[in-house]
Amino acid sequence: MEDIAILGVGMHPWGKWGRNFVEYGTFAARKALEDAQIEWSEVGFISGAITVRCGYPGYVAGSTMARALGFNGTQVASSYAACASGATALSVARGQILSGACDVALVVGADTTPDGFLAPNDGVRTDDTDWLRFHMVGATNPVYFGLHARRRMEMYGATHEDFALVKVKNSKHAVFNENARFNKEYELEDIYASPVVSDPLRLLEICTTSDGGAAVVVSSLDYAKSLGVDNPVRISAIALNTPTYPDPLIDLPYLATDSSATTVPNEIGFKESIGKHVYEEAGVGPEDVDVAEVYDLASSMELDWYEQLGFCQPGEAEILLRDGSTSIGGRIPVNPSGGLGAFGEAVPAQAIAQVCELNWQLAQRAGKRQVKGARIGITANQGLFGHGSSVLLRR
Amino acid sequence: MTKDTKIQVPAVEGFFTIEEEAHLIGGRYKNSGGYCFPKSLGGSDPNFSEDEIEEVLLSRVGKIWSYTNSAYPPPPPFIAAEPYEPIVIAAVELEEEKMVILGQVVNGYSVEDLSVGMQVEVKVGTLYEDSECRYLTWMWKPLSEEQKQDKN
Repeated sequence: MEDIAILGVGMHPWGKWGRNFVEYGTFAARKALEDAQIEWSEVGFISGAITVRCGYPGYVAGSTMARALGFNGTQVASSYAACASGATALSVARGQILSGACDVALVVGADTTPDGFLAPNDGVRTDDTDWLRFHMVGATNPVYFGLHARRRMEMYGATHEDFALVKVKNSKHAVFNENARFNKEYELEDIYASPVVSDPLRLLEICTTSDGGAAVVVSSLDYAKSLGVDNPVRISAIALNTPTYPDPLIDLPYLATDSSATTVPNEIGFKESIGKHVYEEAGVGPEDVDVAEVYDLASSMELDWYEQLGFCQPGEAEILLRDGSTSIGGRIPVNPSGGLGAFGEAVPAQAIAQVCELNWQLAQRAGKRQVKGARIGITANQGLFGHGSSVLLRR
Repeated sequence: MTKDTKIQVPAVEGFFTIEEEAHLIGGRYKNSGGYCFPKSLGGSDPNFSEDEIEEVLLSRVGKIWSYTNSAYPPPPPFIAAEPYEPIVIAAVELEEEKMVILGQVVNGYSVEDLSVGMQVEVKVGTLYEDSECRYLTWMWKPLSEEQKQDKN
């Protein structure tokens, strides 16, 4: 598949601002348009990532943002894929560009989040696994993170200190990011002093929920060229995988895994398949990647991604972390933005924010958190109910 | 002793049997033989998406794949006791069905009492209660030494 060009990116700083999500989205969109030096009237397609927490305007995020920017007849779509919504919206925009339906598209996502655990909407739905896991078991999102972290300790000998060191590393990156909600440096003692949420994980190792907004302006390579942009950061591949039956790994929002009694699971697991897809689509391998933004909903999850994206063999993530490979200045810096631990999750904006960060990195515009000479970057995340997502960027 | 006079009802019908030797109620694809839990939500086998799913009692005993707890009360639709005692949750591997199923661990156990690979059995326990009823769910309970010997 052909590449598309990133013309500009923009973000509204993450925080707990308590304002309407439309404000964050339009702020980010205007920043991205300004960065791209594109007028809103030139945008042929607006692709909104949906929030389910802000009422009807959130369900039709694309048109809500279009109205706020001014209705001008632009084509519109809105996408929902939980945490993968932003990547889905980007993929829809790519399809419009590569099919020739538009030259320039604006992708935008924003959220206003409540305090505390993310939880199902009100009502009784005994046929909804997301409702059932809360009601029948009390299995919040951190419960699943805790299960995987404990399993990692059992399988590979990971320690509490390993998990805490992920947070320490990412907090050092976030100090240089004005868009991060928590741009404060944490030490091991700070993490150990925070209360356990789901054993073995502590409060400072689990991402919170935040308000925020992110936007990207994308176009065909030809259109970029016509604007005089000869060497843009390009999107070379997008993965939106579903799992392959049987998936043997218990994950939210399910009460049980598939059964492997009659079918042997794929050698490649679900999360591994996400990275594999973009590597194949872009014609590169994990050894070519210079920088990554991964979904560290919990610090332990970042370690899993090192292996799932092929940066090392299973069980070796702790070595990569401890020898500094995944810190800025190392071989393969991960989450130079500070990651979700420093941002908190603004669900529909998060996958777009990952693309914003990698755009800045590959354009050598990341300031004090710049990964020197980065040319290829990968994002990874996963939306519940089986939405894998990854974007591969290069310059 | 008012507690014992309460009516016992499953919090949601069709997930487990209510008896001393409780079972989880799963589904089995009639043609492929693959399992799913709960039955009502079916499975995701692409080769048997139209296959009939029969109700089947799943193995009572499995091994802990991993475990954790929830130090803070989960939000609704969980109904947290007041005062809240941290609930412990285990993901348990059933050997025959080759699947992992989540569940709370019965009262009285903390994460310190558990380990990966530990044998547990299905029990029925109180999820929450009101003035008339106790609402039940399935829970995992570590096997006693005697039970382990019986099983061997």
